[in-house]
Amino acid sequence: MTEPLLDIRNLSVSFATESGPVTAVQDVSLSVAQGEIVSVVGESGSGKSLSLLSVLGLHDPRNTTVGGTVTFRGQSLLDLPPKQMRHLRGRDIAFISQDPMTALTPVYSIGDQIAEQIRAHERITAWAAQARAVQLLADVGIFAPADTAKRYPHQLSGGMRQRAVIAMAVSCNPALLIADEPTTALDTTVQAQVLDLLRKLRTDYGSAIVLITHDMGVVAEMADKVVVMYAGRVVESGPAAEVFTNPLHPYTWGLLGSIPPLTGTRPRRLPSIPGAPPMVGRVPAGCAFAPRCPARLGVCSTEPPRIGTPGHTALCHLTDSQRATARPTTLESA
Amino acid sequence: MTDALTSTTSAPVPEKRSGRGPWATALSRLRRSRSAVLSSLVLLIIIVMCALAPFYASLAGSDPFRSNLGGKIMLNGAEVAVMQPSTTGLGLGVSPIGPTWTTQYMLGADTQGRDVAARLLYGGRNSLFIAGAATVICLILSAVIGIVAGFSGGVVDMVLSRIMDVLWAFPVYLLAISLSIVLLNSSFSIGPFTVTSGSLILPIGIIGVIYVPYVARPVRSKVLTLRNSEFVLASVGLGMPVHRVLTRDILPNVVPTLIVFVPILLALAIVTESALSFLSIGVQPPDASWGTIIQDGQTLLYSRPMVALAPGVAIAVTVLALNVLGDCLRDALDPRFKLG
Amino acid sequence: MIATILNRLIQMAFVMFGISVLVFLIFFATPGSDPAARIAGRNAAPETVAQIRHDFGFDRPLPVQYALLMKRLFITRDLTSFVNRGQQVIPQVIDAVPATLSLVTGAAILWVLGGIGVGLAAAAMRDTWVDRSLMILALIGISMPVFWLGEVMNLLSQSRFHDTWLFSWVPGLGYVPLTEDPAGWAKALVIPWLTLAVLYIGIYARILRANVIEAYSEDFIRTARAKGLSERRVLIRHAFRTSLLPFVTMFGLDFGALVGGAALLTEVVFGINGVGRLTFQALQNLDLPVILATVMYASFFVVAANAIVDLLYAAIDPRMRT
Repeated sequence: MTEPLLDIRNLSVSFATESGPVTAVQDVSLSVAQGEIVSVVGESGSGKSLSLLSVLGLHDPRNTTVGGTVTFRGQSLLDLPPKQMRHLRGRDIAFISQDPMTALTPVYSIGDQIAEQIRAHERITAWAAQARAVQLLADVGIFAPADTAKRYPHQLSGGMRQRAVIAMAVSCNPALLIADEPTTALDTTVQAQVLDLLRKLRTDYGSAIVLITHDMGVVAEMADKVVVMYAGRVVESGPAAEVFTNPLHPYTWGLLGSIPPLTGTRPRRLPSIPGAPPMVGRVPAGCAFAPRCPARLGVCSTEPPRIGTPGHTALCHLTDSQRATARPTTLESA
Repeated sequence: MTDALTSTTSAPVPEKRSGRGPWATALSRLRRSRSAVLSSLVLLIIIVMCALAPFYASLAGSDPFRSNLGGKIMLNGAEVAVMQPSTTGLGLGVSPIGPTWTTQYMLGADTQGRDVAARLLYGGRNSLFIAGAATVICLILSAVIGIVAGFSGGVVDMVLSRIMDVLWAFPVYLLAISLSIVLLNSSFSIGPFTVTSGSLILPIGIIGVIYVPYVARPVRSKVLTLRNSEFVLASVGLGMPVHRVLTRDILPNVVPTLIVFVPILLALAIVTESALSFLSIGVQPPDASWGTIIQDGQTLLYSRPMVALAPGVAIAVTVLALNVLGDCLRDALDPRFKLG
Repeated sequence: MIATILNRLIQMAFVMFGISVLVFLIFFATPGSDPAARIAGRNAAPETVAQIRHDFGFDRPLPVQYALLMKRLFITRDLTSFVNRGQQVIPQVIDAVPATLSLVTGAAILWVLGGIGVGLAAAAMRDTWVDRSLMILALIGISMPVFWLGEVMNLLSQSRFHDTWLFSWVPGLGYVPLTEDPAGWAKALVIPWLTLAVLYIGIYARILRANVIEAYSEDFIRTARAKGLSERRVLIRHAFRTSLLPFVTMFGLDFGALVGGAALLTEVVFGINGVGRLTFQALQNLDLPVILATVMYASFFVVAANAIVDLLYAAIDPRMRT
């Protein structure tokens, strides 16, 4: 097996707050191979965006400390000098943020903003950069790209803006795209178009994609690999097909249960996971999911072990037999 | 399909809430802020010193409101005249004594031979009193106008807002000057009250009025958001009488907005009063304020600069402390600025 | 677009009208002594007062008085001072404008540059000792009364250190017209410019810092960083550029107010014969027609400056163009 493109090992992120340091992300490991789509799934506040932002060095260094190792193409990112990190951002690793409404600077035209990124990384004339911007807008399926390039963000619809953001992200042919809930703020029909576009970009540009989402439906449609996060930790990770057919962690069961079935009788109501995830800094000891877990055991108040096969692991106390009995009952009761 | 992820029913995770209200939180934030404590302390010292003005005056032994051109004081065992023969220029005339750094004429004398330090303390009383009273007037007027405009809406709001727009476009100093000059030179009566010229009520009233638009506007927009908020709509929908809605839902939420303005208004009022007094249309002689003392010192600027310097330093320190306190108060009451 | 402009013009006219009514009411309808006596000034002869009463229509209803006054201010422009024996007021005000404009324009350039420099430096290094010291300096600048700071500057540059290399170049107090002696004009104004600018540098630096820091929490700043732009470029092209709007609004108001006479205290302290000092002198003589004219002129400038700011908005923020 070749060296992965991005390799995150034991990443931790903590904040300094008014009442002392608070750990928001703990012991997160994941790797992304060339051209692969990896989905990071979890509820809001599970630390999924934060992990990837700190990988990019986009956290606030004044109150955030990041630990662990992050390797990109064999290069360690966390101790890279800011200047080199900057050259990497936008050129080798691009970022697509959640809300296209606020992701673009309101006072510059779309074309200018794309050209700005190209010119930050390549020696190219302003005119050529603008021409590239128009070409990129055409590539992401924008009708009348030359006209759109001259427009300002507030003059475009949400879907158009997200396409523009994506065009900007791929403008320097990045090897890795980090997309933070790229479809959450969009209408359902537009969501599908944007996902199609991301898939197409993977084939056209060969970029690997880290897709941060809370939507298991999106994961099922896109991902090669799945990383499930809960309360700042990875509770399950593995190839998408395996996680969907044989989920190990009760939290993943809950997430899968929330996908409406496409065939068969329609359930009267979709099962949901009771309760809410713990707030950052108020994570209970032992397994963080235990208070909401349908298969909770006495041992769950202690640190759970990492179980499973090398490719597909979970952070859980349940043994295989306990899991076999617990899962059907939770599905029924739900 | 996101139901599972957003459901918040019956959280088994016990949430620990700090039981303190917003006021207690703000107060504890203020107490923890070194700048807030320090600036409050400075203000307290200034207030206490000004309150003790008669005590210093009795030590100094001369009346700070009467000219004392022929006065003599004891300095290092020798008798010294308050107005001394001039040593600069042509050597003609007399110039007041400089700072002695003793209890008599600590900061020297002014052109009338009066003790500058004593006048500084008495002037501080006036400056602080005017600022305080003007701030109270301004807050009351602003609260009434802002709440009435924001809550009633419609024509009332439009008329009040337009009036505020006009006042807002009017430079404050010119407004103050115009009002002062018209009102200053004659006593007049409003209903049963007669205002004599030279009364402190004039600068208080004028300063209290001119800053109303700056406070009434934010109050109005706050009331506007409150009026359309769910809990107020619920109260109105439940048929609660208007005065109850105003006193129970609106007023408590407007108070923080008003409080944030208190130090800022005090600072503005002190500076405005000093400017008006400097232009001789504020506090009228024989009363003193920090502004009038600076004006007294103008003719002595190059020979006895202390007369003009001391009150200026007093203003700058007081206003600086108020501004620092204002920043801390805003940070404590308005979490939006907490990170700033 | 035309509708917007028209709407703005109507608003402008309304504010102008409102201010003129306000000024009129302050001077002619406040309780107290007879307005005719006020206009006549101290120790005026009874005939003069009677003449004024007739001229200004004080024996007629208020709206007529208002119309008469506006006619004299804007149409016939023959408002005369009674204290200075029939001197026409409007030419006096117009003569004083260049000095005020020189003072305020120079100070404005200083304070905009200074405010941007200090504000951006503090925002870029926020929460460091540099930021804290700059903000303390800004607060001190805000806290000093401008007329007092002017006196201190005079004390230093005209008296205490006048004979040293530091201030030996400073000419005596007063205004030198630009057309007569450009170098002398600049020399005479440097100290007043600095004095007037200090307060505004403090205010603008604080506002700009707060706005830039607020902009830093926006998504588009994260996008700009993710694009691989340099910190400097993110600060200036994205955070600063988007926080410019409130800055420009304030500048319009302040510049208008200062040209309109709010620079009065600085002019008085430095003996600059501008509109403010004219107002001040009129104040001391109780020369009401002059004050009336300067106040009206001031409001005109404030409203005009606001209108220019509105036009600038469209240039600064594309969202305002629709």
